[in-house]
Amino acid sequence: MYATSYHRASSVGEAVNLRASHDEGRYVSGGMTLIATMKQRLAAPSDLIDLRHIADMKGVSVEGRSVRIGAATPHADVAASAALRAVCPAICQLAGMIGDPHVRNMGTIGGSVANNDPAADYPSAVLALNATVVTDRREIAADDFFLGMFDTALEEAEMITAIRFEAPEKAGYAKFPNPASRYAITGVFVAKTADGARVAVTGAGSSGVFRVAEMEAALSAAWSPESVAGVSVDPAMLMSDLHATAEYRANLVRVMAKRAVLASL
Amino acid sequence: MGMEGIGARVARKEDKRFLTGKGRYTDDMVVPGMKFAYFVRSPHAHARITGIDAEAAKAMPGVIDVLDGRQLQADGIGNLICGWMIHSKDGSPMKMGAWRPLAVDTVRYVGDAVAIVVADSAAEARDAAEAVIVDYDELPAVTTSIAALQDGAPQIHPEAPGNLIFDWQIGDGAATDAAIAAAAHVTEIEIHNNRLSPNPMEPRATLGIYDSAEDHFTCYTTSQNPHVARLVMSAFYNVAPENKLRVIAPDVGGGFGSKIYIYPEEIVCLWASKKTGVPVKWTSDRTEAFLTDAHGRDHVSKVKMAFDKDHRIIGLKVDTIANLGAYMSLFSSAVPTYLYATLLSGQYAIPAIHANVRTVYTNTVPVDAYRGAGRPEATYLLERTMETAARELGISPAELRRKNFIRSFPYQTPVIMNYDAGDYEASLSAAMQAADWDGFPARRAQSEARGKKRGIGMSCYIEACGIAPSQAVGSLGAGVGLWESAEVRVNAVGTIEVLTGSHSHGQGHETTFAQLVADRLGVPISSVNIVHGDTDKVQMGMGTYGSRSGAVGMSAIVKALDKVEMKAKKIAAHLMEADESDIVIENGELKVAGTDKVLPWFQVALAAYTAHNLPAGMEPGLKESAFYDPSNFTFPAGCYIAEVEVDPETGKTEIIQFVAADDFGNIINPLIVEGQVHGGLAQGIGQALLEEVRYDEATGQILTASYMDYAMPRADDLPSFTLSHQNTPCPGNPLGIKGCGEAGAIGSPPALMNAITDAIGTNDLTMPATPLKVWSALQGAAMPMAAE
Repeated sequence: MYATSYHRASSVGEAVNLRASHDEGRYVSGGMTLIATMKQRLAAPSDLIDLRHIADMKGVSVEGRSVRIGAATPHADVAASAALRAVCPAICQLAGMIGDPHVRNMGTIGGSVANNDPAADYPSAVLALNATVVTDRREIAADDFFLGMFDTALEEAEMITAIRFEAPEKAGYAKFPNPASRYAITGVFVAKTADGARVAVTGAGSSGVFRVAEMEAALSAAWSPESVAGVSVDPAMLMSDLHATAEYRANLVRVMAKRAVLASL
Repeated sequence: MGMEGIGARVARKEDKRFLTGKGRYTDDMVVPGMKFAYFVRSPHAHARITGIDAEAAKAMPGVIDVLDGRQLQADGIGNLICGWMIHSKDGSPMKMGAWRPLAVDTVRYVGDAVAIVVADSAAEARDAAEAVIVDYDELPAVTTSIAALQDGAPQIHPEAPGNLIFDWQIGDGAATDAAIAAAAHVTEIEIHNNRLSPNPMEPRATLGIYDSAEDHFTCYTTSQNPHVARLVMSAFYNVAPENKLRVIAPDVGGGFGSKIYIYPEEIVCLWASKKTGVPVKWTSDRTEAFLTDAHGRDHVSKVKMAFDKDHRIIGLKVDTIANLGAYMSLFSSAVPTYLYATLLSGQYAIPAIHANVRTVYTNTVPVDAYRGAGRPEATYLLERTMETAARELGISPAELRRKNFIRSFPYQTPVIMNYDAGDYEASLSAAMQAADWDGFPARRAQSEARGKKRGIGMSCYIEACGIAPSQAVGSLGAGVGLWESAEVRVNAVGTIEVLTGSHSHGQGHETTFAQLVADRLGVPISSVNIVHGDTDKVQMGMGTYGSRSGAVGMSAIVKALDKVEMKAKKIAAHLMEADESDIVIENGELKVAGTDKVLPWFQVALAAYTAHNLPAGMEPGLKESAFYDPSNFTFPAGCYIAEVEVDPETGKTEIIQFVAADDFGNIINPLIVEGQVHGGLAQGIGQALLEEVRYDEATGQILTASYMDYAMPRADDLPSFTLSHQNTPCPGNPLGIKGCGEAGAIGSPPALMNAITDAIGTNDLTMPATPLKVWSALQGAAMPMAAE
């Protein structure tokens, strides 16, 4: 790691000011990717502005079926939230499947969503739940947020402060983890929302998280595992790497979608 | 056995310091004036070095010096060597290319060391290393052994035309060919043994300290055999004469073979300490560990196994190509020859065996011994072949093995080994019973009803441990003897220090060796300390690898204890005015048998040191040493059974049960033995299901250089193991010990692969059986299902 200066922000305003005064600075919110990248000397921010200690950005609140998860909430807290489990257990289960206990106690939902790793779990939930990404300056619909691998609608120095969504009628997540990293080789989040079924796939797409229209249509018609069992995804749009070919991922999208629906029942 | 003696389930003495963070590892060592090293390494798999410009780096903050291979060579530091000579079948010696501690003209793998930067801090050394400008002319690279042997492949060392290091054979080729020609059935199979990275928890590290006043070097290092390190660095690398070089291997956090070898970093840090006048410490990071720790396995073999009409094996022919990487590591030549092909008879009476082994240079990390070293390769090859043969012949795998077991001992195989003792049927029966083998069809039906594919597979392994005797290994090309030494030092008040040439890096010697003393003298293990890992304290030793510390290291302690006892009895007899032959040692006391005369152990020790009243002519003191050179290898053996369930939708394998039935001879501490088996099984299961070093064949870049891509087994990948022991004591050593450190890693991969291939109905599947591979195999045309 190259030398860097660490700042612990205690409010959104302080974080924004710190970031504005350091051109080569970066926000860090758990650092599960950033710190590892810095240790490999592949990233060298002059300053790290830590968002994990901003009180306003921590915690889960549920009012009726409206959910707000502070961006600095660690995965372990999402996994353990009884209020959230009561309205949307699928996202608690997803959070509980991320990494290992160390990662779940350091990594945050805001960090994960802002990083938009193509194999991260959360982007599939945010997209399938039709969530709103709240930042320090605006609100962004999930459909407009994820632009491609590690690419989001966030502008320079823009930070996520919260994720908001309406709890779906039903939701489920099924993940096939990479045997080495335990990231998703393919993860599928399905949600039965007021506007119909939404299906989002992470880990598989060559442009990051994506929705599967055909599955959504089938599930909107009939919410059952059989509805998606026969829907295939074109391998041409999927990643191929050491651990999984595009054809294998296409199979996993189908299988995980089926299991996600099953888990929602 | 007593509460703490041989056979007692004693908790490990050393664990308190390990579990509370009080262990003292090489990286924990701090000496005055100590500075830090970072190595400039080749980013290319194969390239000519056309220039090194370190001027900018030398001007960086904190930098003391940047040193390269030309300077090292000019100072007369020698090349790294392979210490086991193998001759090709045409009589020519193996063709060893030069391995310079710092590359001079050519780099041959990604990670090859080119220069060392010494600076005030590790971060400054690393910063400066990035400023060292090395000009490379890239050369074509080759990473697989098959490709390296092809015409027109990149030539890696001028000394080894066609990249062939040696073309060696063992056994009777004509008799084996005749057996195959006359066979009622021949099973043919190609076997791949995947390349592994050892991944000890503690990465390699070294601290080189040069004392100019004494012209003396001290080397702290992560070694499994500090005396061998000193020997090699003195005799071959010209670092310093032995009396001017102290090597200390303090607490070492795992080795699995990878810390047997002398690596460039130890040599270079010692030399750099003299060159710069400061102590120089280097600690590998995990990426460097993937790039530079010696890898294991990487064999490709063609096998023919011939059977007569009664399903008896009449011949075995094996043609193996072993990838040794870019340079010949210290024992690399022995692994695919004498540690591998000599085990190809397995547990079976096979009248004719012939193995041909070619070893090959490639642009990859050097390959050497890794937990099991040659024996896992032999076992995997044999046991996959046996299983395949059973399927082809339509008989049960257990029946085929039973029919071919060796049943009388000693047994001379056609490939050198002479098995001294064993009962293979006992382990097979115990394993099948523990696994409820007969109940499998019903369990398979239940799985099928749930849409899952269930399979069961076995492996009957044998290994050779405690490699020895020195004269025999010498005749086979070993550059060292393979005995062990011990010294038992009784202090004046009766506490005891045992100095051993064995080295503990996870094996629990501080407990088991103390248990041996407790057993003999009846003293508590708390009064016994084990001293190891320092060439200034222990006179000489051969270290720990090949499951040799119990069978060889403890036998040396037994011999030294015999001498101590004899002298103590003489003193006691003198003091109690009794006949020496009437003295017995029990519960920490020396007694005159049949009387109430008794002396506590400490009083006899004190008498030895006060020397006020010793038998006439006896020297004072109570300290004895011994060397032990065994008469043969030991032969642990056993039967492992794996039962798996495969999810056909994803290709994911779940291990339902894993049964290990082992014959380790006599056991000192069952708790530690079980721990060794568990660890070995985890590594073997890792090889079968998860682990593989992969290279980009075009560029020679390693693709699995972090835990993001190299899959280590974790707790949730493993089942609870079912263990049992069927012990036939080893007749060759005083304690009847065979060794247990490697068995788990040797026996488990074929059991698991036999189970998975049984589940999915193919004989054609390579390790690691990843979900991707298993799913892909299921998409292909299914082979006929195995016979039950």
